[in-house]
Amino acid sequence: MSPSVALQEMIRAIRSARTQCEERGVIQRECAAIRAQFRQTDNGGRSHNLAKLLYVHMLGYPAHFGQMECVRMIASPRYSEKRVGYLGAMMLLDEKQDASLLITNSIKNDLSHSNQYVQSLALCTLACMGSAEMCRDLAPEIDRLLRSSNSYIKKKAALCAVHIVRKVRDLGELFVPSARSLLSEKNHGVLHGAVVLITELCGRSPETLERFRKTVPDLVQIMKGLVISGYSPDHDVAGVSDPFLQVRILRLLRILGRNNEAASDAMNDLLAQVATNTDSTKTVGNAVLYETVLTVLDIKSESGLRVLAVNILGRFLLNNDRNIRYIAMTSLQKIVGTDHNAVQRHRGTIVDCLKDQDASVKRRALELSLALVSASNIRSMMKELLIFLSSCPPDLRAQAASGIFNAAERYAPSKRWHIDTILHVLTTAGGDVRDETVPNLIQLITNTSELHCYTVHKLYRALLTDISQQPLVQVACWCIGEYGDLLLKGECQETEAVQATEDDVLDALEIVLQSHMSTPTTRGFALTATMKLSTRITDNVDRIRSIVSIYGSCIDVELQQRAVEYNALFKKYDHMRAAVLERMPVIQKNSLGQTNGEVSEETIKETQPGKVKQEEAAQPQQPAGQVVDLLDLLGGSQEPLAPSSLISITSSAPITATGSAGGDLLDLLGGLEPTPLTPAPAMTVYDKNGVTLTISCEQQSDSGLTVMLTASNSTDSDISSFTLQAAVPKSVQLQMKAPSRDSLPAKGAAKLTQLVVLNNPNKVNLKMRIRVSYTSLGSVVQDTVQVDSFPGISAAGL
Amino acid sequence: MMRFLLLFSRQGRLRLQKWFTAMSERERKKIIREMTTMVLARPARTCNFLQWKDLKIVYKRYASLYFCLGVDDGENELLALEVIHRYVELLDKYFGNVCELDIIFNFEKAYFILDEFLMGGEIQETSKQIVNRAIESSDMLQEDDHSEWYEVELFG
Repeated sequence: MSPSVALQEMIRAIRSARTQCEERGVIQRECAAIRAQFRQTDNGGRSHNLAKLLYVHMLGYPAHFGQMECVRMIASPRYSEKRVGYLGAMMLLDEKQDASLLITNSIKNDLSHSNQYVQSLALCTLACMGSAEMCRDLAPEIDRLLRSSNSYIKKKAALCAVHIVRKVRDLGELFVPSARSLLSEKNHGVLHGAVVLITELCGRSPETLERFRKTVPDLVQIMKGLVISGYSPDHDVAGVSDPFLQVRILRLLRILGRNNEAASDAMNDLLAQVATNTDSTKTVGNAVLYETVLTVLDIKSESGLRVLAVNILGRFLLNNDRNIRYIAMTSLQKIVGTDHNAVQRHRGTIVDCLKDQDASVKRRALELSLALVSASNIRSMMKELLIFLSSCPPDLRAQAASGIFNAAERYAPSKRWHIDTILHVLTTAGGDVRDETVPNLIQLITNTSELHCYTVHKLYRALLTDISQQPLVQVACWCIGEYGDLLLKGECQETEAVQATEDDVLDALEIVLQSHMSTPTTRGFALTATMKLSTRITDNVDRIRSIVSIYGSCIDVELQQRAVEYNALFKKYDHMRAAVLERMPVIQKNSLGQTNGEVSEETIKETQPGKVKQEEAAQPQQPAGQVVDLLDLLGGSQEPLAPSSLISITSSAPITATGSAGGDLLDLLGGLEPTPLTPAPAMTVYDKNGVTLTISCEQQSDSGLTVMLTASNSTDSDISSFTLQAAVPKSVQLQMKAPSRDSLPAKGAAKLTQLVVLNNPNKVNLKMRIRVSYTSLGSVVQDTVQVDSFPGISAAGL
Repeated sequence: MMRFLLLFSRQGRLRLQKWFTAMSERERKKIIREMTTMVLARPARTCNFLQWKDLKIVYKRYASLYFCLGVDDGENELLALEVIHRYVELLDKYFGNVCELDIIFNFEKAYFILDEFLMGGEIQETSKQIVNRAIESSDMLQEDDHSEWYEVELFG
């Protein structure tokens, strides 16, 4: 077929242009010539001219003056002109252009053309850029073509129908009967189009989905034919027979089998067959296997099939091909909530993928690793995650840091480990952590009174090394201010003590105050810390006094205000200074769900500093713990602070337990009580050999219920490998979350909790069978208990 | 469904663009710019999949051309790679050992072949032979343009 010479010469001319400017010149000349040609009525080279214009358009130059020419060409009787005209329409016209309406009539005429290639052009253009009005106009025509005897046209009409359904949802009804009958075609192209159309129709309307469920046996039959049949040269790709069609059918089966037992049963055998018979050495086979796995995991498949699917994913994880590893992790991410144990088996491989070169693989590995952290593997996982954090790409840092914090909070084996981990993260990625990290860490530190000495020594050392990581510096300043006396004592059991004099400590704080790297918040921390030290040191109080008075004229308003107030504390209220700057009490942690609006009361907990913080995960509601900015109170204003601005803790002073000097403060706060906690009713369901299991439930919604299982061990020996398994009646959906730990220390030293989420849409009588298994004194114990009634829920169903 | 297919050279020059959803000229230009920057920045021997906004980007390099396919989140990425490969095979069969220059100088043919293989963001025909035969017949029809229409063999 002879190419358009003029077109090729123009392309050559454009490509030989050496600079952008030269290219623009060539193109301007050509465009002018094209415009002139368009204005002439009829010449043989019209299609060539439009093609030239389309090339220019692809280079990025404006080509809107060709739109009307497209319309004219489409109306031409010549096939060559129609072809380029339609191509131009697809490239230059879109729904927003007025010219697109003008081609509706031409498309309508061409749809009934005697030549199938002309029909095909019209169908293709309609499917590409048909607007909603055009679709409404031409839908009956498309339906007619769906019934034609020409498979070439039928397959195109099917995809055109898909486009119409996407544009105008209501027209879906029109195509349902034809779509159904197309499934009996033998031609693969038509079959493929039919499956896509049915998928689209089912996705748009649940009633249609119900109707098409009856086609599951037919689809299974077609798939069987593809999988078992011998080599068919027409559709074979590397040994797999028509993988494109197979994948589409699998996807449709997935939609039809979702939430439907009968349909899922009908396709069980087929899925098992595809999973085992498909050759997985080439990408093609893996594409089919991947789709099969996704389908198995999404429908109500039997457990054997599910295990098969997860094993396939496990094999994918070990594959050399990076693409396959990537998609394996993507799929595992989807099921890590429901099939947690199955995914845990592959933890080692997933953690190895953290070290992969590829950024996409790294991201997936990070998400999956964070989901797999549990009480039993926290130490080893954290080691890997911290290594990852030090070398991970910058865009993943924030996610990694917050994930590490969450994991540490939930599963920390010891307080010291927890504090060490947070400090490690702050030193490595201090710039990427969230704002709440600082108050959270401070709260954690105050709660761990036995480690105050250790913490302050460690932080002081970190401060001396590097003052660029703001969150770390803030926490360090706060600790030095609070526990400066412990620091100056110069001895510590847990770690090598720092020998620092009062001057050294004040020097360190002053460096932070003066450094250009410190943000205003950090300097606020440092100033307050300096002030607090005035009661904790003996010799250099004058130095502190002078620092404070210097900052009384600081440009930064916040610092100035603080300095002035501290100055006042030195001058007028010196008798109160000791009391105001006393050690802070333990801060109560806010539950994350509360917002500004809900909290109407302020509470100050007057507890000893050594009290351990309460269990946070199990309790539904907690009273808000807010430390009010007492210096503001001294000044006369009182404003309740939002839970999120806990930063103010650092600037406020604690109230005294006895209320001697701060008597007027207590009067303002005396009338406030924390809202009492109503515990969820707990019921003991199992009590044997010293192991007790209690359950408590909470109704979440009309059919949803969460059950908290709590286990404890009152014997004298530790229990290990403690697992709980649960079974519920068939129509109830169950999801077990990861347990808080997997061992029960002796004498009830710690409890194990596990959350189970139930969904009872059919409101059947709720029962649960729980199997307890554990190892005690070397022997494995297994026991089952059945729970027929749930506390707090009426026995006659939810 | 597939949202768009872009072909561009190692220098970032666009060779083919096919859009399967309605998009304004400005949006198209923006996507082209972002795709070329993202894909060309990828080091060798990394995986062929990227996440971009709510789409998955599947790309593959063949000689000097990058084929970049933007698909919906629910699509099978491995199959998308096969789609790209199938298109390259079709081009190869048509042009005989296709290279970038063939696509530059005969871009409208590349579009015609694509329009026989994909339509409306979905695969239209899964058999290579049928697509090839359709292209050949259309070409012959174009040749005999000046004569009267004739009936073409219907493919079943």
